[in-house]
Amino acid sequence: MLSIRLFFIALILVIFTISCGNNGETDTDVQALTGQTASGEQTSRERRMGLIGAGATFPAPLITAMADEYRDITNGRVTLNYQSIGSGGGIRQFIEQTVMFGMTEAFLSDEVMANIEDQTGGTAFNMPITLADVVPTYNLPGIDKGLVFSGEVLVEIYLGRITRWNDPKIAELNPDMDLPNRQITVVHRSDGSGTTNVWTSFLTRVSDEWRERVGFATSVNWPTGIGGNGNEGVAGAVINTPGAIGYNSLTYAILNNMSYGSVINQSGNIIEPSYEATSEAANIDLPEDTRVLFTNTPAEYGYPIAGFAWMLVYENLDQNRAIQTERQARELIRFLLWTITDGQELSELLGFARLPQAAIERNYAMIEQLKWNGREIGREILEEEQIL
Amino acid sequence: MMRLQSQVKSTSILYRWLGDRIFTVVVVLLGASIILITAGMAWVLFDEGGLALREFGFFGFLSGTTWDPAVQLQFGAWPFLFGTLVTSGLALLISIFPAIAVGIFSAEYAPKWLSSLIDNLVQLIAAVPSVVIGIWGIFVLAPWMRETVYMPIYLWAETSAPGLIPILGHPIGYGMTTATIVLSLMIVPYTAALSKDAIESVPKEQREASRALGATRWEVIRMAVLPYARSGILAGTVLSLGRAIGETMAVAMLIGNKNTLPFSIFGAGATMPSVIVNEFREAVESLHLSSLMAIGFVLFIIALIVNLLAAWIIRKYSISGGKVV
Repeated sequence: MLSIRLFFIALILVIFTISCGNNGETDTDVQALTGQTASGEQTSRERRMGLIGAGATFPAPLITAMADEYRDITNGRVTLNYQSIGSGGGIRQFIEQTVMFGMTEAFLSDEVMANIEDQTGGTAFNMPITLADVVPTYNLPGIDKGLVFSGEVLVEIYLGRITRWNDPKIAELNPDMDLPNRQITVVHRSDGSGTTNVWTSFLTRVSDEWRERVGFATSVNWPTGIGGNGNEGVAGAVINTPGAIGYNSLTYAILNNMSYGSVINQSGNIIEPSYEATSEAANIDLPEDTRVLFTNTPAEYGYPIAGFAWMLVYENLDQNRAIQTERQARELIRFLLWTITDGQELSELLGFARLPQAAIERNYAMIEQLKWNGREIGREILEEEQIL
Repeated sequence: MMRLQSQVKSTSILYRWLGDRIFTVVVVLLGASIILITAGMAWVLFDEGGLALREFGFFGFLSGTTWDPAVQLQFGAWPFLFGTLVTSGLALLISIFPAIAVGIFSAEYAPKWLSSLIDNLVQLIAAVPSVVIGIWGIFVLAPWMRETVYMPIYLWAETSAPGLIPILGHPIGYGMTTATIVLSLMIVPYTAALSKDAIESVPKEQREASRALGATRWEVIRMAVLPYARSGILAGTVLSLGRAIGETMAVAMLIGNKNTLPFSIFGAGATMPSVIVNEFREAVESLHLSSLMAIGFVLFIIALIVNLLAAWIIRKYSISGGKVV
């Protein structure tokens, strides 16, 4: 037994010395090799480039589909790693500079914008990438579709003041419907979400009382109702509860065959939710930084409960520690440009509304200002692509 | 020959001495890492929650009843603390007797094949992911409870006892009662398995002695087995309570997630883990995020208390040498 143990110790020692010796030799080998292949490595690095982004879950299917398409277009040169960790997480990772871009359904607050300006010497851009629409979904046996809601009625329902479906205020909007005397069960999102942000911002816009009592945010202090976790949680509760009303993204409502209502917009038109009506809603005079909620849109035929999902990038891309080289910055800008132009073709297929021209114009203006060490690479790329 | 032997001896001493040291160092390091990680977790939660705890004060935060992330930016944990204590306490009360009965039956009465079958089934319940139980709750239990339990009681109360309506709450199917029932179902396996272990570890002599004194089967269990297994059963129960307090997904899916008091029997409520899992991802405001962290910290303390309680119970009620220590 002892001799076996001795043998093993000896063996280990031998291996150790051999590997040490080898190390010394291979060190020089490696140096020689890298000297030879430095140029080859660089070309392979040029061929492959990874972009890293993180943020909102809602646009994640679109972003990943765009990434796949873009990888094909660039022959595998540019791959995107997008982590859907939520808007809050996206903003935090963006501020901590662990990602090249963030995605969020709530634009950066003035405070955060000011902090970023102090830190990086430039602003942060909130670039609209796609649109989120939210529709009132309901479960009323016998009334599968076509119910009409107004902002006031939705506020009253979500404040718990209209409690029955045959309430005169609902009946007034739906004269042809045979509304049942059934209790309304209010369902809202329990998790913080951009959907809630859009929904409550609409209610805030149409009602002063809602603004003072509840306000708008990714999660709020709901006066009534039950909370379902995620789009699927709300949908599950609505589908399983006769008399329930909830809110979902349009795609989710369509995919799950849920009943959803039309909403009267600011101009007094009854708007049936559709991707076109959502795009139309954002086709208004947008502020330059696009940090705006356009719920209750002034657009005449725009659907009133919709909002942007933004991509966050630093004006001075060199200040973002996640971006190391100018090449990475340029690839990021090219990808950005592609998502707001050709990439939008994927929208309807995946259940997203296209960006309206107004938003695309604003995006161009923002891309133009992107810099790398003071060099206006955004403008250069726009000129290359013959957009300017 | 002599030289070789002495060499072998000296190497083996070196080897033994060194091996022992290395082993000790490795064990101490690994053991300490667990303690360090736990302390680190507590510290991070406390540190990140500091903003909220400073803003509202520790007890102010615990007793605050408003949770408003939008207008007032006011955060109080009381609704969630209350929801957690009520749901897990009641779940424990509901599950404890069936679970102990399962333990007794499987350890004392059931033939071997049945006993192992029961064990497997109980373990199966424990192995079902809580999100699956949540889905089952949403699609089966909640609608069933609404139609067969809540609605009849609610309709009866509407006609003959209108005073009860606010206490009962609007029966939607999702709410405190549904969550409590699911929670009790989920902790049965833990209590049952731990009670069974405790009962099985009662020495055979204990049973034989009471048999010899003419005790019936029931009396053997009542007077010889249960007192001996008492500490194990109680500790198992308390550990199940800890599990119920921390249970997140199934509860978040079924409790209805209402962040404002008052809660009602059938109506929606919320617990500490459920509000964390719901709001953490999209919490943009730093005070909001900090408040969620502070809730995590409170949850951590409660879990610690529950575990200490279990340890204390084991020490206080354990029997050694036939005497209560």
